[in-house]
Amino acid sequence: MKNATETVELPEHYPVSLKVNGQAYNLKLQPWVSLLDALRDHLQLKGTKKGCDHGQCGACTVLVNGKRINSCLTMAVMKDGEEITTIEGLAKGDELHPLQKAFIEHDAFQCGYCTPGQICSAVGLLNEGKANSLEEVKELMSGNICRCGAYTHINSAIMQVKGETGNE
Amino acid sequence: MKTNYTGQPANRVDGSLKVTGTAKYAAEFEAEGLLFGYIINSTIAKGKIKEIDISQAMQVAGVVQIFTHENVSGLAWFNKSYKDMDSPPGDPFRPLYDHKIRYSMQPIGLVVATTFEVARFAASLIKVTYKEEKLVTNLQDNLHRSKKAPMGKVGYVQPKSRGDAESVFAKAEYKIEGEYVHAAEHHNPLEMFATTAIWEEDGKVTLYDKTQGVSNVQLYISNIFGLSLKNVRVVSPFVGGGFGSGLRPQYQVFMATLAALELRRPVRVVMTRQQMFSFGHRPGTVQRVAMSADENGKLTSIQHEAYGETSQFEDYTEIVVNWSGTMYNCENVKLKYELVKLDVATPTDMRAPGAVTSAHAFESAIDEIAYAVKIDPLEFRKINYAEDDQVEGKPYSSKELRACYDQGAAKFGWSGRSIEPRSMREGNQLIGWGMANGAWDALQMPAKAQAVLSLDGKLTVSSGTSEIGTGTYTIMTQIAAETLGMDINDVTFKLGDTLMPMAPLQGGSWTAASVGSAVKAVCEEVKAKLFKLASKTKHSPLSGAAPKELTMAEGHIFLISDPGSRLSIIEVMRLTETDSIIESGMSGPDPAAKTTHSFNSHAAVFAEVKVDEDLGTVIVTRVVCAVAAGKILNPKTAGSQILGSVVWGISKALEEETVMDNNFGRFMNHNLGEYHVAVNKDINDIDIIFVEEHDDLVNPLGIKGVGEIGIIAVAPAIANAVFHATGVRVRDLPITMDKVLQLAEEDKNQVRV
Ligand code: FES
Ligand code: FES
Repeated sequence: MKNATETVELPEHYPVSLKVNGQAYNLKLQPWVSLLDALRDHLQLKGTKKGCDHGQCGACTVLVNGKRINSCLTMAVMKDGEEITTIEGLAKGDELHPLQKAFIEHDAFQCGYCTPGQICSAVGLLNEGKANSLEEVKELMSGNICRCGAYTHINSAIMQVKGETGNE
Repeated sequence: MKTNYTGQPANRVDGSLKVTGTAKYAAEFEAEGLLFGYIINSTIAKGKIKEIDISQAMQVAGVVQIFTHENVSGLAWFNKSYKDMDSPPGDPFRPLYDHKIRYSMQPIGLVVATTFEVARFAASLIKVTYKEEKLVTNLQDNLHRSKKAPMGKVGYVQPKSRGDAESVFAKAEYKIEGEYVHAAEHHNPLEMFATTAIWEEDGKVTLYDKTQGVSNVQLYISNIFGLSLKNVRVVSPFVGGGFGSGLRPQYQVFMATLAALELRRPVRVVMTRQQMFSFGHRPGTVQRVAMSADENGKLTSIQHEAYGETSQFEDYTEIVVNWSGTMYNCENVKLKYELVKLDVATPTDMRAPGAVTSAHAFESAIDEIAYAVKIDPLEFRKINYAEDDQVEGKPYSSKELRACYDQGAAKFGWSGRSIEPRSMREGNQLIGWGMANGAWDALQMPAKAQAVLSLDGKLTVSSGTSEIGTGTYTIMTQIAAETLGMDINDVTFKLGDTLMPMAPLQGGSWTAASVGSAVKAVCEEVKAKLFKLASKTKHSPLSGAAPKELTMAEGHIFLISDPGSRLSIIEVMRLTETDSIIESGMSGPDPAAKTTHSFNSHAAVFAEVKVDEDLGTVIVTRVVCAVAAGKILNPKTAGSQILGSVVWGISKALEEETVMDNNFGRFMNHNLGEYHVAVNKDINDIDIIFVEEHDDLVNPLGIKGVGEIGIIAVAPAIANAVFHATGVRVRDLPITMDKVLQLAEEDKNQVRV
């Protein structure tokens, strides 16, 4: 980059197919576009938040093939052909996901900016069959910062849903 | 259907928007042909830009324009045009105004491009050469340059001394003194500052901005760019956290507006997380406290002085030492507050500004003096309890701090505490219990609101306030529904738009009281109108009824004497052929009440820590925070505010510190990896108690606000608990393991009981 002379070369566009919340999208993206920016700026799915763009806050958490990742630390081209679930894809129509309901009931947020990431992380946690105790939930949710400090409410929402699904 | 909503733990009305990702924040508004801005910041702290070479960056395909001080013109000339509603005295920073560098990470340019990635890449190609000047950023080394803090910032009051604290102290038998320090802290709301600026054909601009005050941004932008107020619309329906950082307009709104106006295109500018450390912080402060008491534990003298940092261009002030003159009864009080100018950005209000700084030092010192006279620290506070505001010579409108002590102590189990430090342990975990208390002003500001009741019986109330996570949407909806006896689902509250009636900045814990009172007032107007209409109905049970005979509940208007005689709101409007009722209302503080009473909220905080004897690590295992803040409109959202404040307090006590490299005048840890805030695992049991507090004087709603009171006493309660656990008094925040161990090492013979 430093030695570039007059014309500055930009990376090429590559075809990328993403299946987001069940819908297929075919995009042409430069490799430097993060999955987070692809979702927010190219697919207009703004539910996934940017809180640092450096893997330090968890606001951008989405599920790729059911596993949670920081979408800011992933280039969109790396996820070609994969299935992505964002906060917009959790509710079934008007019926909120049990974690979404529990978050409202437990007042597990204030400003709401970390919330999509918290909920996606929690969904991933439950999918992965992890988090069998409050201590584990605390540990495994520690990659999601809530600057408003709703942690204890977040944990009780997760524990409630964990309990309900465990009893089914 | 019950319609007495206030006091009920209602779920947030904006809850489903927030959990589904549909609540829209400033960077999430779209426009055709949107451009992306990326801000460049200075790498030096003081000096001049010699050259800014944008030639290579301009070659990048997709770059539309690069703004620097060299090519920006037509801005307001005078400093004062850059003042905003929360400006301290001085000359506000003017972005891209000249080649001078006043602090490290000062914004010096904006790259605008067709994509975010291109703008960011092009920014990396800009070469800036500087002429550096000698800089000063070390507060502790420059205390000798301090000067008295001037008046001028809204709400700032100079501290008042009384009696003769120095000579009483000199002669006292029981006394302590100490120096307390904390470094800069940064707000770091999770949403980064962002503006989407939409230029419109007719010369108007709409700014979707992250702010705690849309009117403030409107004023600021219109002054700088010479636009009339009506040509600047600021919209902010959701704010991803503020904590004070959004009280003043931040530089991204300037950048986005500049680019949109110049390029006549919509432009979005979002700060990076690193840039969130480049515009204001809780000022690093050095405090000295000296106190004396008699053998019965009566305070005989208090001396408290504080030195806060400020920038070279503005005098940021906050109320630090004043609290030490009102917290306890004491005849001899000497207070001093001064500023030290450094080559840093102007500090900015941060959650409970001043009070939280003060309490760390003062409430730790109270613990120290209680230990000096060998009295339980809670008992000591009760002995010195201030019934009245000794500075103003006025009673408090209400003060249930004693109830906070009693209920908090009972819940915590304080009576089981042994006073001796290092007297409780589990294996190698030293256990400590500490407590502290705090106070905050219960303020009310003038605010306006509008209400529209439509024929379908739906009410929309609006006011240009903001929702930073405090629950504004919810509590305003509750107040409106209750005042008009309507189903909460028939009421909508709107906010965050300069087209709405004006509300004060959202800060200082006054939003619920200020905007809430305006909402109540405007709903009372609607009610009066409805009563009039009801009385005009022909052949109805309410025909000819006088307003005082009527009341409202459950969506109906009825006779107080005969609740069966009633009409629904919809019936009244239909029968009187009323399409809609539109009312405006306002509310402000009662000046008469202020002359007779002082208004404070209070809290007592009890904390338990476990300190690893070998490693010095501190874990806060339990906190009980008992709050007296008048009527609580919604225990759920208010509880969350207190919960968040306690988390902030724990974070402050143990983790938060922006570390300055004084050689470069630059904050070194400007990202969330190195600036630590409390994460989930750091937080354990937190119990919140709202004690009963009845107050008819403070405002029509009897509320005091809960945004700051919860944080104030947390850090000293933890510091006191660490002392109780270890016998080590760490007077320098944050309390990290190295300090605990080092002090234990150096100071083996610390005063013990
Ligand atoms: S935005 Fe991805 S971790 Fe912060
Ligand atoms: S709700 Fe605001 S950051 Fe979590």
